[in-house]
Amino acid sequence: MYRYDEFDHDYVRARVAEFRDQTQRRMDGALTEDEYKPLRLQNGLYLQLHAYMLRVAVPYGTLSSRQMRTLAMIAERWDEGYGHFTTRQNIQYNWTKLTDVGDILDALADVEMHAIQTSGNCIRNVTADHFAGAAADEIEDPRPTAELIRQWSTAHPEFAFLPRKFKVAVTGSPNDRAVTKAHDIGLRMLRDADGNPGYEVIVGGGLGRTPMIGKVIRDFLPKADLLPYLEAILRVYNLHGRRDNKYKARIKILVHETGIEDMRASVEAEFERQMREEGGPVVLADPKQVERIEAYFAPPAFADLPAKSDALDAAMASDPALAAWVATNTSEHRANGYSIVTVAIKGTGEAPGDATTAQMRALADLGERYSHDELRISHEQNVILPHVKRDDLPAVYAALQKAELASANAGLITDIIACPGLDYCALATARSIPVAQDLSERFAEPARAKAIGNFTIKISGCINACGHHHVGHVGILGLEKSGIENYQITLGGDHTETMAVGERAGPGMSAAEVGPAIERLVDAYLERRSNDDERFIDTYRRLGAEPFKDALYAA
Amino acid sequence: MPIVTDTGFVPDDSPALVALEDIAVGGEGIALDMPLDADPEVVAPHFNRIGLIVIPFPSFADGRGFSLAQRLRALGYRGTLRANGHVITDQYPFARFCGFDEVQIDDALATRQPEDLWLAAKDRPVPPFLKRKAQAWVA
Repeated sequence: MYRYDEFDHDYVRARVAEFRDQTQRRMDGALTEDEYKPLRLQNGLYLQLHAYMLRVAVPYGTLSSRQMRTLAMIAERWDEGYGHFTTRQNIQYNWTKLTDVGDILDALADVEMHAIQTSGNCIRNVTADHFAGAAADEIEDPRPTAELIRQWSTAHPEFAFLPRKFKVAVTGSPNDRAVTKAHDIGLRMLRDADGNPGYEVIVGGGLGRTPMIGKVIRDFLPKADLLPYLEAILRVYNLHGRRDNKYKARIKILVHETGIEDMRASVEAEFERQMREEGGPVVLADPKQVERIEAYFAPPAFADLPAKSDALDAAMASDPALAAWVATNTSEHRANGYSIVTVAIKGTGEAPGDATTAQMRALADLGERYSHDELRISHEQNVILPHVKRDDLPAVYAALQKAELASANAGLITDIIACPGLDYCALATARSIPVAQDLSERFAEPARAKAIGNFTIKISGCINACGHHHVGHVGILGLEKSGIENYQITLGGDHTETMAVGERAGPGMSAAEVGPAIERLVDAYLERRSNDDERFIDTYRRLGAEPFKDALYAA
Repeated sequence: MPIVTDTGFVPDDSPALVALEDIAVGGEGIALDMPLDADPEVVAPHFNRIGLIVIPFPSFADGRGFSLAQRLRALGYRGTLRANGHVITDQYPFARFCGFDEVQIDDALATRQPEDLWLAAKDRPVPPFLKRKAQAWVA
């Protein structure tokens, strides 16, 4: 894991002092509310419906047990005993008092964390594959790249007042778990024909009210050229992105209106200009710093184990619940005898991504004891234990059961993504959490969920799409119609490397109608699938939308 | 309309600004009013005749001026570069990093954010990336 150097330490401390000073200047009147707002947002502080919300960065989703314990302590001391893990691998505290913010930021700085650039019209906290450094299918660990981008983008003097927010995601695996095609910039690590490392650069993806799938702007960018190329994209966007309408200000609209060919020409010209600079581009990273970063992400010393765990096999034979959990919630690790564990923060009837203080501490203990002191937050709002010995899985499962975190539903229909919705958010037009809770109860029976198989439901409480509804196999968008919550259903979305934006199924429905409609949809799928392994999304692609629309609106 | 520099407020004694379309006219040491949507490459052939380029900031939230300044410097402009309009003290270090020498603000803003706040802004936290670069250059 990355460790701060003196510059990181000094900077994070200085930012806390600066934010206290900015808040004081707002009180004094030196700053107007309009001027203070972006400064506040770039320090992670939102004004929500009932209180301030503080969004803390978990850079590329990686954190240590010590950091997780601090997150728990903050929830206990300054919030209401829980935090909310988000689709951007961050954690939000929904009941923050303005007067506590400086102390919370100091507590975060103690464990090398911060809330910088988790909001505002700047380059946001960079996200990455939550299986980074552990997945069997990985070409290269994406986190050194993500960390380099974090360092480059932190308080970048030129890009702190962009037309709109700007999100970058990195994946090191051909199986895209970082949703790279739905980001302002997506980076996919790959190798050229000669084996040299580099990136496929994707630009202009995004969800929100105008969902767009990102387009490839550069097939292969040599690794060393990354920062000048990013700088070129950002410069073109900063100069030419629309500022007349906030709903048309994202780079996806610039790419759409300019066309990818012209956009590519502008970016390449800006990139070439930098490459011609005397002594090379100013923004090139110091190779020593790159080496330093990479060294921190060297894999832990894995034990030399057989691929098969006799202890686990014996335990699963006598405990079907354990066997079911292992089948759904563990993934293939690159090292023999290890697994990646997905801990579902999706208990039946609970708000997706909400974890209590006790749960956070239990997770920290498990990370320390069984996972080389590492934890991850996934964009699916789950917590990952990346390096667990298969021999230890029964003990981990038992501990998770105690902490009420043992739902065996990773990737299943109850592994629902939902934004905070109208229960918390000032932008929301409808509630998301109660819909997620209702659905998680309807499909709570493990055998039924398992029979349905891989099935993603994603719920957003407004058109801004924080719940990624466009790319759920089933997307649910909560709107408000004459003062009543109304939910639109989309079908056929996909957030992986075969990304697709879901198609609207028909007229909206009330909150009470959503659950029964989804049950009819699922029944229609089970009747029509060609075999037990055909996922809903595959059946949908084979048969088209009609039978599923009919089922949704059969009542 | 004071001008903010690293040493504090100074009065504005700059010559009248020349519009971009009149750039070919004028003699030496002209002061150019640079529109935000202009291409810096168009100005580059005239750099040796320009003593001051003024880039407008219609709103502190409009960051185009930072990129424009950066491009002008990258193209080799060595004269004075001034940001003019709504820039707040918190942005002063950013403006300096991007190549601006000074900032011109209106009297109302100068009253609300007086000289001592601008002088203190010089000491705002420097991003670690830039500090590391600086260290690498020294080494």
